Amino acid sequence: MATRQGQALGRLAVAPAVAALAAWSIVPLALAIYYAFLHYQLDNPDNTFFAGWSNFYYFVTDPFFAKDLFNTVALVLLVLAITIAGGVLLAILLDRPMWGQGIVRVMVISPFFIMPTVSALVWKNLMMHPVYGFFAHVWRAFGLTPVDWFASIPLLSVGIIVGWQWLPFATLILLTALQSLDLEQKDAAQMDGAGTVDFFRHITLPHLMRPITVVILIETIFLLNVFAEIKVTSVGGLAGNLTYLVFSQLNDANDVGEAAAGGLIAVVLANLVSAFLVRIVGRNLEA
Amino acid sequence: MARRESLAKKSAWTLVAWAIGFVMFFPIFWTGIAAFKSEADAYSLPRTWLTSPWTLENFAIVQARSNYLQYVFNTTVIAVLSTLLGLAFAIPAAWGMAFQPETKPSVNLSGKAWALILLFFFAVTAAIALSVGWRMTDNPLLGLALILLFGLPIAAWVWTRRTGDKLLWMLSTKMMPPAGALIPIYLIFNRNGLVFRQWGGVDLGDWNLIDTFAGMVPLMMLLNLPIVIWMLYTYFKEIPFEILEAARMDGAGLWQELSKVLAPMAVPGIASTLLLNVILSWNEAFWTLNLTNKNAAPLSFFISEYSSPEGQFWAKLSAASLMAIAPIMVLGWFSQRQLVRGLTFGAVK
Amino acid sequence: MKSLKRALLGACALALAAGAARAASTTLTIATVNNGDMVRMQKLTDDFTKANPDIKLNWVTLEENDLRQKVTKDIATKGGQYDVLTIGTYETPIWGKKGWLVPLTGVDDPKDLLPAIAGGLTVDGKLYASPFYGESSYVMYRKDLMAKAGLKMPDAPTWDFIAQAAAKMTDRKAGINGICLRGKAGWGENMAFLTAMSNSFGARWFNMKWKPQFDQPEWKATLNFYLKMMKDSGPPGASGNGFSENLALFQTGKCGMWIDATVAGSFVTDPKASKVADKVGFALAPDKGLGKRGNWLWAWSLAIPAGTKHVAEAQKFVGWATSKHYLDLVAAKDGWANVPPGTRASLYANPNYAKVPFAKMTLDSINAADPTHPTVKRVPYVGVQFVAIPEFQGIGTKVGELFSAALAGQMSADDALKQAQAYTTAEMTKAGYIK
Repeated sequence: MATRQGQALGRLAVAPAVAALAAWSIVPLALAIYYAFLHYQLDNPDNTFFAGWSNFYYFVTDPFFAKDLFNTVALVLLVLAITIAGGVLLAILLDRPMWGQGIVRVMVISPFFIMPTVSALVWKNLMMHPVYGFFAHVWRAFGLTPVDWFASIPLLSVGIIVGWQWLPFATLILLTALQSLDLEQKDAAQMDGAGTVDFFRHITLPHLMRPITVVILIETIFLLNVFAEIKVTSVGGLAGNLTYLVFSQLNDANDVGEAAAGGLIAVVLANLVSAFLVRIVGRNLEA
Repeated sequence: MARRESLAKKSAWTLVAWAIGFVMFFPIFWTGIAAFKSEADAYSLPRTWLTSPWTLENFAIVQARSNYLQYVFNTTVIAVLSTLLGLAFAIPAAWGMAFQPETKPSVNLSGKAWALILLFFFAVTAAIALSVGWRMTDNPLLGLALILLFGLPIAAWVWTRRTGDKLLWMLSTKMMPPAGALIPIYLIFNRNGLVFRQWGGVDLGDWNLIDTFAGMVPLMMLLNLPIVIWMLYTYFKEIPFEILEAARMDGAGLWQELSKVLAPMAVPGIASTLLLNVILSWNEAFWTLNLTNKNAAPLSFFISEYSSPEGQFWAKLSAASLMAIAPIMVLGWFSQRQLVRGLTFGAVK
Repeated sequence: MKSLKRALLGACALALAAGAARAASTTLTIATVNNGDMVRMQKLTDDFTKANPDIKLNWVTLEENDLRQKVTKDIATKGGQYDVLTIGTYETPIWGKKGWLVPLTGVDDPKDLLPAIAGGLTVDGKLYASPFYGESSYVMYRKDLMAKAGLKMPDAPTWDFIAQAAAKMTDRKAGINGICLRGKAGWGENMAFLTAMSNSFGARWFNMKWKPQFDQPEWKATLNFYLKMMKDSGPPGASGNGFSENLALFQTGKCGMWIDATVAGSFVTDPKASKVADKVGFALAPDKGLGKRGNWLWAWSLAIPAGTKHVAEAQKFVGWATSKHYLDLVAAKDGWANVPPGTRASLYANPNYAKVPFAKMTLDSINAADPTHPTVKRVPYVGVQFVAIPEFQGIGTKVGELFSAALAGQMSADDALKQAQAYTTAEMTKAGYIK
């Protein structure tokens, strides 16, 4: 159906974007590979030399590497769990007829507009502070000892903050999907006497599978690189992820070589995850 | 056939939904309250939030301490310009991929062959670099040649993929951890990297990109470009092909096809893409925190200045937070409907 | 072709003319830290620009960590974004030695600078940064709570007394914590405190062969003492508390004692910000009877990077900002308590300033610190609460994260020390200190 000429034109139209993105991904990658094999301490440039694989060695043997690798993956999974479970529940709830649905929807989606630095600061101080935070007051009101969130459950605390920001996203997508669920289907199922649970299992959930894969794909892209929340709440040592570890190599240690090596390791991890996602999710999307 | 629910049931659902909505909104609500309290009162919330006096002084302090309007201006410039620039790249690309899809790779080589080619080029690059002792700082031409040697095969590979793979590749560039790209980008922006600096008599080192719009706008554009293309592509694909065919039959040229037929149908999609992109750039924090500090510093930077000032700062922090999020949140509220469409990335109909 | 050339030439000439017109007034870009004293200086610059109408000031105010990271990157890559830098006693000797800073010539009466402070900013007899304010650390305590506990704070307490007093003052039900100390990770945060504390316990970072000493009993004693005291008498969430957080706690009356920077004196005694302003007493940082006290030495100072094109103007500005005249200016505007402390002997000789409650203790604390001989045993490095080598920022922050994790209870003290030892050894080997 597409003509030869049209095809050439189409290819031409895609060219600028491909070129821009190729430059954007390849030039930094090439430079990162270059620096990864260089001993280059930013504030000690006289002492720069070819370092072989030693940057990789030092990055991997960093006392925080194993933990941060684990945290990177755990944080993604934790937030995905929070947003998908919460999103399904919220979507079903919001799909019900009620008064003031518009306002409720505004309240639910608002966290999505908050910039990560703001939400991290607000949660860290106003909500989760163990002395003056809102939760501390609530805990004390019930006669309990307030939780010291960032000290005792750092990863979960970060997960809650990030989850709060991403829950609206999941809810909106799932809600839109639910609303497209045929009304007649719902009614028919109700007339058949299908219970709520059965209905959910056999009709709602299968219908939501596709939007859920979209949520997983898009959120994972952002969640692999959570940064502001960790930096601002200063839990880098307790619940840092790879992004934070690389950042700290560069900004605290000024070690360009090791940071570049760490960055490459993070790139490999991201590629593994994205290959996996593309396989699972991409197929589902194209179908 | 509309469903009827009993009044009691509806009331119950309303109550539950409002309760949950309020819980989600609560941190923002609480920030809003603290912003209008004195510092001492902000620390004694929630016991006194109804009884303690309200004040506007925090906003005045924040404005005096850091020039809020300047940051709003910077954020807006970066968000809007990068979005427009992004559309200029994305609209043709999405059009090309949606209406002139390529169903098979334009160069037929097996995956193994490609892998070998790429490996060969990388090995040659590395060998040359190693043979000059990995010293490239004063060798701009050699550095550029090596980057091309390294990058061109990759670009060629992408270029010849079929449309679906191209799209996924574009999306995968978004998965690249920014931490990995930070150092190269910082050094390029500083004009002090491997290449880009000394070109014979010309020293580009005087042209700093750090903390300038000239650096931040293209950067932000590239950050969000994959998502913009992806969204536009899904919208464009929904436009029935038959209409275009019909227009062509009637003798419409390419320009008319684009302006008269395609554009009107694409506008809602473009609008919601634009909106989402503005929100994403507004809230971006990694690159802005690392690459700006005043002249092009956006609101995410403004707020980071309140992360740990001296002494009690919650009321000021709350006021600053409110000021930083209010514009985009209000925009989001009013354009909710378009946004929902945009947010679903066309994957849900 | 010819016309194009002419047009280009014309454009160049115009650009040159514009450049020349602009050269008549110079803009100095000043990177500074968002501390109260620095913010105050920005309000007082009229005094400077009136005397120098051809100089415009462009302030880049950053949070402490941001400032360090950005300034370091800029100066190390010769980015040339700034004309005046705000740096401390850690960076100055390192950068001065590398030739990255311009020796200062416009400093007002350099002989008047306190020797302990000026010594840390001098390399090979040349002053590379002019101190804006100097600080040490001391004990701030609540007189009322101390009396309630039936104790009396000596002028020079010991660590054992502090621990004992902290335990007695603690009243968790009333929200009173006996002692508030830094726990937030960072070489300038918890490690500043812990390194200074470890000096008084006889510990050191490295021996004369640059071998890390975290496997020695002195460090173990330091860390265990700190952890136990914080567990018994510290506030909740201590592993996230830095200077600011502790200041907020102390000002709202949640702390019995707080050992931190001497500049905090003016904040905790300021009745507008502090609920406990009239109840604060001061004492020297504690010791362990080994001859060293657990106090540090720091000076936020102004320096000129070697890359700037406006050296003369920058010299003028640095001279003005750190002059005696500036101190008088602040005193006239905001009172003596708000004068940037700790830099000049003449300030402490001033009878007006002697009335400020924390003045004498600040001077004594500064004089009690010796950056060239910071430890009980000999060391190859300079610096009280840091080690003045470029690699220290990275190592200090990582070790700080380990100790902060120990404070949060995520790791045992022994594990933290073991990992700190391994990591520091690896980094020092990599950097070539350990052969």
